[in-house]
Amino acid sequence: MNEETSPTQNRRDFLKTSAIVAGVTVAPGVLLYSVSQAGTTNVSSKVRWGMLIDTAKCAEDCNECVSACANEHGLTEDVPPAVKPQWIRKVGLRDKQTGKEYSLPMMCQHCEHPPCVDVCPTGASFKRDDGIVLVDRHICIGCRYCMMACPYKARSFVHETLENQKPHSPRGKGTVEGCTLCVYRIDNNQEPACVEACSKNGHKAMLFGDLNNPNSEISKKLKDVASTAVRPDLRLNPGVRYQGL
Amino acid sequence: MKNINYCVIEGKSVGFFAGIAVSGLITLLGLWAAYNMEHHGHVITGMTNQIVWGMPHIFAIFLILAASGVLNVASISSVFRKSLYKPFARLSVLLAITLLLGGLSVLLLDLGRPDRLLVAMTSYNFKSIFAWNIILYNGFLAICIIYLWFMMERRLQRYYPTVGLIAFVWRLILTTGTGSIFGFLVSREAFHTAIMAPLFIALSLGLGLAIFLIVLLIDCVGKQCSMDVLERPKQLLGVFIASVFYFVMVYHLSHLYFTGRHGIEYFFLVGGGIYTTLFWGGYILLGTILPLLVLYQNKLMNNTISIATASLLTIIGGFALLYVIIIGGQAYPIDIFPGMEVMNSGFFDKPENGLPGHLYIPSGWEIMLGFAGIGISALLTIVAVKVLPLMPCSIGDVESNNKD
Repeated sequence: MNEETSPTQNRRDFLKTSAIVAGVTVAPGVLLYSVSQAGTTNVSSKVRWGMLIDTAKCAEDCNECVSACANEHGLTEDVPPAVKPQWIRKVGLRDKQTGKEYSLPMMCQHCEHPPCVDVCPTGASFKRDDGIVLVDRHICIGCRYCMMACPYKARSFVHETLENQKPHSPRGKGTVEGCTLCVYRIDNNQEPACVEACSKNGHKAMLFGDLNNPNSEISKKLKDVASTAVRPDLRLNPGVRYQGL
Repeated sequence: MKNINYCVIEGKSVGFFAGIAVSGLITLLGLWAAYNMEHHGHVITGMTNQIVWGMPHIFAIFLILAASGVLNVASISSVFRKSLYKPFARLSVLLAITLLLGGLSVLLLDLGRPDRLLVAMTSYNFKSIFAWNIILYNGFLAICIIYLWFMMERRLQRYYPTVGLIAFVWRLILTTGTGSIFGFLVSREAFHTAIMAPLFIALSLGLGLAIFLIVLLIDCVGKQCSMDVLERPKQLLGVFIASVFYFVMVYHLSHLYFTGRHGIEYFFLVGGGIYTTLFWGGYILLGTILPLLVLYQNKLMNNTISIATASLLTIIGGFALLYVIIIGGQAYPIDIFPGMEVMNSGFFDKPENGLPGHLYIPSGWEIMLGFAGIGISALLTIVAVKVLPLMPCSIGDVESNNKD
């Protein structure tokens, strides 16, 4: 009996083992593929990510958004300030006529018509369907023409060799970089690190959301309050808008 | 018209070997600088996130403009049919090729990722004026090589004026493209004007002719060269210097008329420190007034020295003008918040330490890389005239040709 069942049993075992081995081999690939595609498959022009910054709530002495960005993306290299990359910065302003003072964070404005994308010779500067303006580090040749073209001074050049990079936010010496709106966080239904830090500190000066969705909090607020783009005369239609400026 | 005889240079003189050695050494030093910039990153240069295009770009644009302008001698002979210039047409095309290669080498070696040349040549964003320029530069090189070939090949002589016309039109488009690299930038007040294209064309004609005359004079050292043949180019150089001045004047006048641009004009003309000094002392005095005086006041010095001096001054003035516009245009802070005064910023939205503009001190590496462009151009030119018959055998040929 044993001799009769043994071959069948062996065949069954073989098939079972093969299936397990195949599954174990293929599954991570499928899983990794789906992870790697997460950033592109869900991107749709139906969505336009943007931000509303309330300058009245932005505290002059607070730098949390800048620190959060530096920690999130590993912008911690010890280089002279003039060459240090800065994806977001705090700016203090005073109206020349009235003397009123403002404090606000400034970063890539994620324009609908970004000059950096227009001028990039290789197409490394590009805009995702959901409005996020990014740099493809694989084809950036480091010509810095986008830095010449950006009216918001939103981009930095990596001037030296980098160490301790964050896996989720790869960077590269000799290429240009700027605010990504923490694109990988957005793709995982999280807010950008700066927005999160601002909320955690109780300021809530930065509101992030979908500008195309009339029911989103940001759209409702934009409909309700007066806001402006920086340099609206350029008609670039930035995704970042400012309240109280 | 008498046939002109062209010769290769003998290549045995001290001058020839000295030329090879000096230009070779300058090129090697530049390549060493490029290696260091690649290895350590641009942190070793004076360039920053404020002054993103520095000294190498001044050299590169200077050489690219000169390449386009130096072709003028060939254009005058083949497009405008002035036989006076024909003996020098081959040298003119050769210099156009070598100067462009020198300029492009500097531009390439200054990239953050020069190893990605293949990406730059294969991945195009056709909306980018920079990408258009890559096509224009490559096309210019190809046209110049064909132009030179048709000049040298008797069987193809009848097509040579046609190629000359194509080259003439192409270089005008090319320099328009180079000027528009700046003219198309909405972000910076110093650049955003259509006059950048004609200004660059005028500048290219002046620089190109000045370099051509200097090369010709170098070739004459130790020989019995009559300079009568250079009387016309000398007059032409004066016209080009005056043309550049006209466009510079219109550039500043139009800015001065717009209230919103008074700041940048004050920066350039009055309170910009080094940029103001370079504008008045470098461009206006050395690059415009002095060469015009030297060219048109015959009592000052003899013809040969006056042409050499004026050419050299034109080059110095053109370089100063490019430095003022390109570096000064970046040093002047971008007006991101019109009507607002920047009180403080984490990213240099206003110049530091009470300076009128962002600080830029070019490093030795950048200067070495820049000079390598000139070294490469000189080296290629010297080797080419040794290998190919591009120079008229004697200036006597030129003179008899002109008397015919």
